Parts: sequence; structure tokens; C-alpha cells
Amino acid sequence: MSGHDHGDGAGLNLTLQVWRQNGPRDEGHFETFHLDGISTHCSFLEMLDQLNERLVAQGREAVAFDHDCREGICGSCGCVINGRAHGPEDETATCQLHMRKFRDGDTIWIEPFRAKAFPVLKDLVIDRTALDRIIAAGGFVSVSTGQAPDAHAIPVRREAAEQAMDAAQCIGCGACVAACPNAAAMLFVGAKVSHLALLPQGQVERTPRVLAMVEQMDKEGFGNCSNIYECEAACPKGISVENIARMNREYVRANLVTRT
Amino acid sequence: MSPTSSASKLVSKCPSGPMAERWDRHRFELKLVNAANKRKFHILVVGTGLAGASAAASLAELGYQVSAFFIHESPRRAHSIAAQGGINAAKNYRNDGDSIYRLFYDTVKGGDYRARESNVYRLAQVSNNIIDQCVASGVPFAREYAGLLDNRSFGGAQVSRTFYARGQTGQQLLIGAYQSMMRQVGAGKVKLYPRREMVDLVAVDGVARGIVCRELLSGAIETFAGDAVLLCTGGYGNVFFLSTNAKASNATAIWRAHKRGALFGNPCFTQIHPTCIPVSGDYQSKLTLMSESLRNDGRVWVPKRAGDKRPASQIPEEERDYFLERRYPSFGNLVPRDVASRNAKMMTDEGRGVGSTGMAVYLDFRDAIQRDGRDVIREKYGNLFEMYQRITDEDPYQVPMRIYPAVHYTMGGLWVDYNLESTIPGLFVLGEANFSDHGANRLGASALMQGLADGYFIIPYTIGSHLAGRKLGPVSTDHAAFKQAAEEAEQRVQRLVGIAGKRPVDVFHRALGRIMWDKCGMGRNEPGLKQALGEIRSLRQEFWSDLALPGSARDMNIELERAGRVADYFELAELMVLDALHRRESCGGHFREESQTEEGEARRDDENFCFVSAWEHTPGAGTQEGGGEWTLHKEPLAFEEVKLTQRSYK
Repeated sequence: MSGHDHGDGAGLNLTLQVWRQNGPRDEGHFETFHLDGISTHCSFLEMLDQLNERLVAQGREAVAFDHDCREGICGSCGCVINGRAHGPEDETATCQLHMRKFRDGDTIWIEPFRAKAFPVLKDLVIDRTALDRIIAAGGFVSVSTGQAPDAHAIPVRREAAEQAMDAAQCIGCGACVAACPNAAAMLFVGAKVSHLALLPQGQVERTPRVLAMVEQMDKEGFGNCSNIYECEAACPKGISVENIARMNREYVRANLVTRT
Repeated sequence: MSPTSSASKLVSKCPSGPMAERWDRHRFELKLVNAANKRKFHILVVGTGLAGASAAASLAELGYQVSAFFIHESPRRAHSIAAQGGINAAKNYRNDGDSIYRLFYDTVKGGDYRARESNVYRLAQVSNNIIDQCVASGVPFAREYAGLLDNRSFGGAQVSRTFYARGQTGQQLLIGAYQSMMRQVGAGKVKLYPRREMVDLVAVDGVARGIVCRELLSGAIETFAGDAVLLCTGGYGNVFFLSTNAKASNATAIWRAHKRGALFGNPCFTQIHPTCIPVSGDYQSKLTLMSESLRNDGRVWVPKRAGDKRPASQIPEEERDYFLERRYPSFGNLVPRDVASRNAKMMTDEGRGVGSTGMAVYLDFRDAIQRDGRDVIREKYGNLFEMYQRITDEDPYQVPMRIYPAVHYTMGGLWVDYNLESTIPGLFVLGEANFSDHGANRLGASALMQGLADGYFIIPYTIGSHLAGRKLGPVSTDHAAFKQAAEEAEQRVQRLVGIAGKRPVDVFHRALGRIMWDKCGMGRNEPGLKQALGEIRSLRQEFWSDLALPGSARDMNIELERAGRVADYFELAELMVLDALHRRESCGGHFREESQTEEGEARRDDENFCFVSAWEHTPGAGTQEGGGEWTLHKEPLAFEEVKLTQRSYK
């Protein structure tokens, strides 16, 4: 690889062990690549870009990976890097991880997020549409366009708005699922249940929402939380497991109030 | 290209009468589709960003059948999600003199008098409904201690009218619109088609009746028929390779529609955003924006002396030039984006740029931190500061940020009338994909406003003019027009795969971006633009003979996806340069170096250029490898409310 040096010595020489899988039914395997001269200023995905550019120039197929905004907000990217979802830096999505976190001579293991509910489509690309189906089951406020009252009609306590925002900033990347030994999606679902339950606008549908979302979550084949907190550690937005506790309270409450 | 001008194709359908009553009257005059008949109509929505998701949700709520197509696995990945700073609305909650009229005025002036007054007024009118709708759907906007909404200031305005959710406003608005759409998915009213790239538009008897898509997992070419097509596919800033756009943002949908007959409005109007993290190396894949909101508290400066390489902390106060505050005392650091960008370029051109490359200026929070304390600054901008540090490895609480302008938004796009309908009947274009509301420069926090205005509050009314106003016979994908378009799409794919050359697609894209940035970027002049035309054409020939594209067309192939988009960028780049060459005036983000005031500000030529340029592609003329041919149509712009004057932020 003809890497370029940007004031950081000769750049990094790396060995990559990258997961290759040609379609959901293929067994998959690790493929070894050597890259040299990688600048420590470039991002992890820019390192993969350089790998792909070299592969393509040799007439070999590029490693497929999902990515888009490269600003840590769209939630498209994500792989397991050296055993950690999104890699070694806390609260950092894969696209925001920079190569200065690695050392010259490192071997880097790169795999897709793995869970029963996230089938591998190709190489590092997975199918996370299960998360969309959970939102479609109840993760919304049923207000149609044109029905809204004036924005100041209902004041919202600042603390509630801030807490709702803490939960609402989930990017739907699925790292929580990949990090959880049970492949649970409870941090994702808990964040959405919390976001809407904390706001007055979400109150009317509070009960059916949590019931429908949890039911869909179970249907999709996600596991359950057993308080290991790997999800919180892997979350690029630092979303707290308190949201799982809040979802559990909401769920218990909903079951009680709907029992007749 | 031999531009001949005519106005015959362009009927803006703008209502007349008092400005404030136009939209109301137009809404009354628009045809309605009876509630029971709505379910008989099938609307194809392409793209699920703010415009697409809000349109899909609103149309489904009304009872239409909606299909939504998007290139991502999930509709929530659309690039609207990355917008940081905020959304404007004329609520006047601050009691600081805002009004619908003032938002209208600021937007027309900010766009350097190259937008339609009627459209902009309507945008300002519905801005207030947008905030109401978003709050009701659970968007957690920032609030004050009494529980009421907070505001911040953005460039080009002297009032505080920007609503925000930390530095993630786009994310929260998109998630709101996405959730509304997903509610309709759950109800069976919207059907989602993920990982579909629209590669052609199908018109039957001159009316848009469907689309051709490539399914990105299997490579299958698919066709879909309907009664109207909505393109909500965003802008084309990625022509430049390096931009703040997401990597998959592309022009293919609008470009293919253009080649089927939709006119392209003001293609050269590109917004270069002043506050982005500078380029650090040639491995760079994209540029990251630092929100305009930072200019509320950050002060922009460079050393007074050219070539001063001392670290910022060693440059004493009297040797710093706060050039925006000096040159524009009334707006200071909050001048509009085009003005701030051009000034940064002037400083680096004078050799006063900072950092190792000299291609940056400082954005300094020292005074704000001293005044308000670190905690207040962290609360306002914490996530932006963290992002800056992750990317640059520098702590902006300690040293000033280094920033430089980067391509951010395209004001140009498919030409649409007041109903958001293109020159192809039944083809509507919403959001950044159209050309309509921002003239030659978009003000900060106005893109989110326009995307949601178009989707929530305009298309639900104006689509009736098409559905109830025209006789639409039944059409299926068995029609010959669909078969032919699908076949042509397949041939294009095979042609790319068959090149079997040596250079990867990004090599060509990067080279194209370099030409565009150097010659059709912040400064443009006639010799440079003419040179760019030749360079684009010869690079395009190399692309079509030396592109390396391994893998199969019948499989997920990320290089093939990019190659199709880059092939379109080559053609669009040529049109952008032609448009820039033709418009021999400076306006907004389009700075023709031949047309400037003595102080180096953009000088418009209202006598000769007070019009929208709408370009018609000549089908069959030119070749894929060579150049295209276009005819120019002009839509004259009339200013009845805001007087045409030299824009000043002094």
C-alpha cells in the first residue's frame, strides 16, 4: 500500500484479519491482509478505503462494509474490532475511530456485528431492519400532520427534555446488540421507550407503546437483559442502562394497568 | 453547447395578489382529491430524509398508498440526520422583532435575490407549523427552565429564531419524521423498499409514472409503477468528492430524471460552508462540518502578519486580526456563509492562514470560556468539541479550532414550479433536490425548514393539482416504456462492468473533485472554467476506458454503486461549469472574480442576470464519453416586496 506520511514517521504497518462472507448462507472466513504506511491521522474507515483501493487495483473484490455520514450520527457503520463493537475507544462509532489508537505492527481483527436478529449479508454488512420493525410497532407519537397545537401549549420541564434527549440520541447502530452476550436489544428499545415516556407528548400512548415494542422485540429473536451492561460500554452515544430499567418499569406498569 | 433562450417551458404558477395571501388563495384554488379516492392513488417517494419521510408520512395519513425507496438498509440513515445546528421559524418567542415577513426578507436577501419571492414567503409562513408538528411528535428541542423552547442565532439574521436539539437537530427532526412514517408502515399504508437505488424515471405519454431501481444486495433491476413520483434525494455536493455530505449522498436520481426531460435549475449554485475541519491528508474521504452555531460564541481570526507561524497562544491580542468583526461590524462573526467563506479564502490567499498547511483560520472560544465558563460552553457545544478532538487530536477548550470552508449544500437542483412539480408532469421534487427557495446562498438552519415544509405542508396540498387535475389511466410495469428503461439500466451496468481497466473509481472521483474545487469552487473565472470543461471531458474519457471494477453486477458490489454515481457526476460537473460560465455575475456562493466590488464583495448584475437558469438536456446529443448538449431557458425573477439592492452586512 502506498500510504502517505503526514508528519507521523513512516506510518503504521498493520496486519488485518478481515471477515469475508459471500452472502447470508456462506459460512464465512477470515482473510489476512498487510497494509503499510497508514497515517495515524486517518480514520479507521479511511484505512479500509485504502485497503479496498489496493484490492480493486489488483482486480480483487473490495471488502463490503456499511458506512455513510462518517460523523458518528447516521448509525450505518459498525464492526467488531479486536473483539469490541466499534473498537477500542469509548463512546466512539467506528467511523470516528482514528488510527492513532493503534500501534505500528498491530494485528487488527475486523468482524461484523453478530446476532441472530442481524443476519450477515456480505462481509461486514448486516441486516438491522429488525430495529425498524420495532419502531413501526409503537415507537412514535400518533400525531398526524396538521393536528399539532402551538409548540408552547405544553411546557416541558427542562430536566425531562434533557433526559429525553439523552435517550433520543441513539443512532440505531446495533452495537448494544452485538456487545450483549444475550444479543438483547433492550438498550435500543429502552432508549426509545424512555425518550417518549419522559415527554408529555408521549403520555397518551405510554401503555400500548411499551407492550407493542417489547412484543416485537421478542418476535425478532433478540435476547433479554441479564444486567451485564456491555451494551452501555459499547454505545457510541453513551446511552445509560437506566433506560433499560425505565423500560422494565414501564412494561410492568403497562401490564398492571391493562389487566382487567 | 449552444444555449438558446426561451421561457416557454417554464410556468412558475406563482399566484399573484398580496404576498401574505398568496399561499392561502392558491390552496383554495388547488383541486382536491376526495377522501375515498385517495386510496386509489399510488405515490412513489424516492429518498427518506426530512423531505421524503415527512412527505411519505403525511400522504399516507391522508389516505394515499405510498411506497418509499431508499439506498440505505433503514430509512433513518438518510443524510438529513447529520444536520447539526438548528431549524429556523418565525415564532418570535424571543420578542426580538421577528416575524414571518422578517424571515422572508432575510431569506431573500441571504439568497442574494436569486430566489422566487412567493416560494420564500410561503416557506416563512409554514415555518411555525413545522415547530408545532415536531414538538407534538416528540422532538426534544432544547428548553429553558420554565419549560419553554430555547433559541440560538444563526448567520444572516439579527434575531434569534433557530430552534435546536443540542448539536443534533437534524437527527432529532429526522427521527421524528421517520417515526411518523414508521407508524404508517405499521398501519400498512407505507411500504418500504430498502437498499434500492433509483436509476431511471419512467414517463408514459409524457407523465411520470414510475421508476427503475437497482436492488443493491442482488443487483436485480426492478421497475415500479404509480400515479406520481416524488424525488426527495438531496443535493449533489459530492461532485466535489470532498464535502460535508455523507459518502452515499448522490445525484443519480435527479440526474436521470434530468436526462428524461426535467430541467435543472441553477446548477452552479453551491454552498461552501465556512466552518469545517480542514483537510489533513490525501487519504481523506470526507470533510466534517463544525456547526454554524459555534459562531454565536467563537471568534474567527488569523495573525495580522503573513507567514506568522507562532502557536495561537503566543500571538498577542494586538497582533490578531478578527477579520469578520473588523470588516462587518454589524453582523460580525455571524455574516452569512458565502461571505464568511470568501473572507477565509482571502486570508489564506494573503498567506495569513494557520496550521501546518496554512489552509485554515482560527475559531476561538477563549473569550467565551472566560466570560461564561467552561460548563456553559460544554453544555452548548460539548458534542461538537468532542468530535473536533476525536478527529484532530486537539482540545478546543485549550487551543482554538482550525477551520476552513468546504462544500456543504447545493442550492441548485431540479427546476420546480410553485407546486414543486418539475417540467415533467407528475414528477415532484422536494427538499435539497429542488432549486426553489434559497437563491444563490442558503442561510443556516434553513435546509431543515425547507425539507420539512415541502414534505409536511406543501406537497400534501399541491399533489392534488396533478392527481385530480389530469386524467391518469391505469399503467403497469408491463408497459413498453418500463421494459425499455429497465433494459437501458441493465446496459449501463454492463458497460461499467465491461471496462475492465486499472484504476479504482475513487481515483477518478478525487481527480474530478480537484478540478471542481480549484476552478468551480469559491472563486470562478472565465479562463479557469473553460479549462475545467476540457479537463472534465478528458478525465471522463479516461474513466470510460480505464475504470477497474472487480466483482459481479449480480451481487452486492460497493464499487459498482459508486461507479454509477461518478459516471453521472462527470456529466453534472460539466453542466455546473457551463452554468457558472454563462452567469457572468457574482451572486451569493457563485463568485465570478470578474464581477466584484472594490472591497471584494460579490457584485450582482441585475440588468442581465435576474433570472433562474433552467437547463434542458438534449437527448441523444453528445456521447457518454464526450460532452453533453443543453438548451438554456430563463425564468425571470420579479421582486415586488424586497427591493433589489447591493447586499450588505456591514
